[in-house]
Amino acid sequence: MLNNVSETALDHISTEVWKLKQDGYRFVTMTCCDRGESHDILYHFDKNYQLKHLRVTLPKGTELPSVSAIFFAALLVENEMKDLMGVSVSGMAIDFQGRFMLAEGAPVTPLNKSIPGIGIQIQDKTPATPEGTVKS
Amino acid sequence: MIRRNTIPFGPQHPVLPEPIQLHLVMENEKIIQALPAVGYVHRGLEKIAEKKDFIQDVYLAERICGICSFMHSQNYCQGIEELMKVQIPDRAKYLRVIWAETHRIHSHLLILGLLADAFGFENLFMRLWKVREQILNIMEKTTGARVILGVCAIGGVKRDITPELGEYVLRELDSVEKQLPELMDSLLKDYSVKQRLVGVGVLPKDKAHELGAVGPVARASGLRMDLRETGYAAYGDLDFKMVVGEAGDCYDRTMVRVKELYTSLDLIRTALKRMPQGPISVAVKGSPPADEVLARIEQPRGELNFYIRGNGTRNLERFRVRTPTFANLPALLHQLTGCELADVPVIAICIDPCISCTER
Repeated sequence: MLNNVSETALDHISTEVWKLKQDGYRFVTMTCCDRGESHDILYHFDKNYQLKHLRVTLPKGTELPSVSAIFFAALLVENEMKDLMGVSVSGMAIDFQGRFMLAEGAPVTPLNKSIPGIGIQIQDKTPATPEGTVKS
Repeated sequence: MIRRNTIPFGPQHPVLPEPIQLHLVMENEKIIQALPAVGYVHRGLEKIAEKKDFIQDVYLAERICGICSFMHSQNYCQGIEELMKVQIPDRAKYLRVIWAETHRIHSHLLILGLLADAFGFENLFMRLWKVREQILNIMEKTTGARVILGVCAIGGVKRDITPELGEYVLRELDSVEKQLPELMDSLLKDYSVKQRLVGVGVLPKDKAHELGAVGPVARASGLRMDLRETGYAAYGDLDFKMVVGEAGDCYDRTMVRVKELYTSLDLIRTALKRMPQGPISVAVKGSPPADEVLARIEQPRGELNFYIRGNGTRNLERFRVRTPTFANLPALLHQLTGCELADVPVIAICIDPCISCTER
C-alpha cells in the first residue's frame, strides 16, 4: 500500500519539495494519473529505504510549477508528463517542447483516459464481486 | 581560438546497444553541455497495461526489458501481491532470488563485455559473453527459456528447481567462477584499460544523491543504496553484503559490477542450500486490486519502481514504470559535462543504459 502520503496544495508544492531536500530525501520519481476532471500528481522520495509521497490534485488546464530547480532529476519526468498526459509544467530546467518521448505525428497525450489507444481491443471493466476468485 | 560545435552522438553508434541520442555542445574537444533525446523505441506499454487484465500484465511487464525481464515480472507480481495481501510460499521467494540473480550476472557480464568492446578489447568482449552463455544455459535448463523466463506469477512461481537441477546449477556456477578472475584482472588491472577508466566520468557522492542516481552508478560514488538490503523476497535470509565504491568514476562503476558478480554467485549458492521444501505458489483469491502501491526491487542497473493503481476491476487504473536508466540519465548528463569527446562512449556505457525499458 502507499503509506506516508501527504496531500499538498498546489501553491505549496515547491516549498514542501524543498523541505524534503533539506531533510536529506532523494528524489525517486513522479507519477501522473488521469482522474477525469483533474490529474493526480504524486512525488515520490526516499530516505534510508523509507518512502515519502506528496500528492497534488491538479485541475486540468492548470499549470504545475516545476521542481526541477530543486531536484534537477525531475526535469525528465516532468517533460514526460507533458508529452504523455498533457500536463502543462511551468519553469522546467529544460523544456523539450513536447518532443521528449513522442515524435512528430504521434498521438497527442496518449496516456490520458480520453485517448482510447491505438490497435488495442478495450476490454469491459467488469466489476468483481468481493467473493470473486482470481486465477493466475 | 575556441570553436563551438554541436555533435549528435547516436541514436545509431557502434558503442550504443540501444538508441539514444546525446546532443553534445562542444568547445574544441571538450563537452560543455549534453542533452538527451529519447523516444526512438517508445512503445506505449503503460497504456496497453490499462487495457489488459491485470493477470495478463505479468506477461507484459516481463517484456518491458529484454535483459532483466524476470525482475520486471517479479516486481509487478510483488506489487499486486502486496495490494491483494497475498502471502507467497517461502520456496517461491528463494526461487525468485535465484532467477533474479542469474539475470543480474548475465546483465553485468553483458555490459562488461560491451564496455570491453567500447574501448576496443574485442577478445575480452567475446570471452565475457562466452561465460554469459553458461548463465543463459542455467536459465534455459531451469525454466525452458534463455531470457524471457515466463516463470513468475502472482502468488509464486510456475517452475521448481529439482535437487538434480540444483546440482547442475552449482556445477555451472563453479565453472563460471573459475573463469572470472582472469577476465576480471584484464578489466581491473590492465594498464590500458585503467587509462580509459580511472578518473573518467567522475560523479561525486553528493551529486549522485542530488541527481537521484541509482544502482552501481550510485554505489560507485559511495552511496550505500541497494534495495536487497531491505530483505524483499528471500534476501533477508541470505547474508547479502552490499558492494560500494568510492571514487565515483568509470573504474569504480566497473569494479562494483565485477564484485557484484561474486555476490550474486554467493546468493544463488546460499539460496539453493537454504531453500525450504514446500509449494511454489498459492491460489490467489479475492477482489482485483483497488488500492495503490509503489513496488520496488533492485535490478542490475539499480532501483526499479512500479506504481500500480487498481480500481477494483480487472483493468488497472494506472501502471507506471520508472526504470533505473531513467533515473541515471541526469547523472550521465553531469558526467559528460566537461569531459573529452573520446571519453563519451565509455561514460555512456558505464551507466549500463537500457533505453528500451526506459522508454517503455
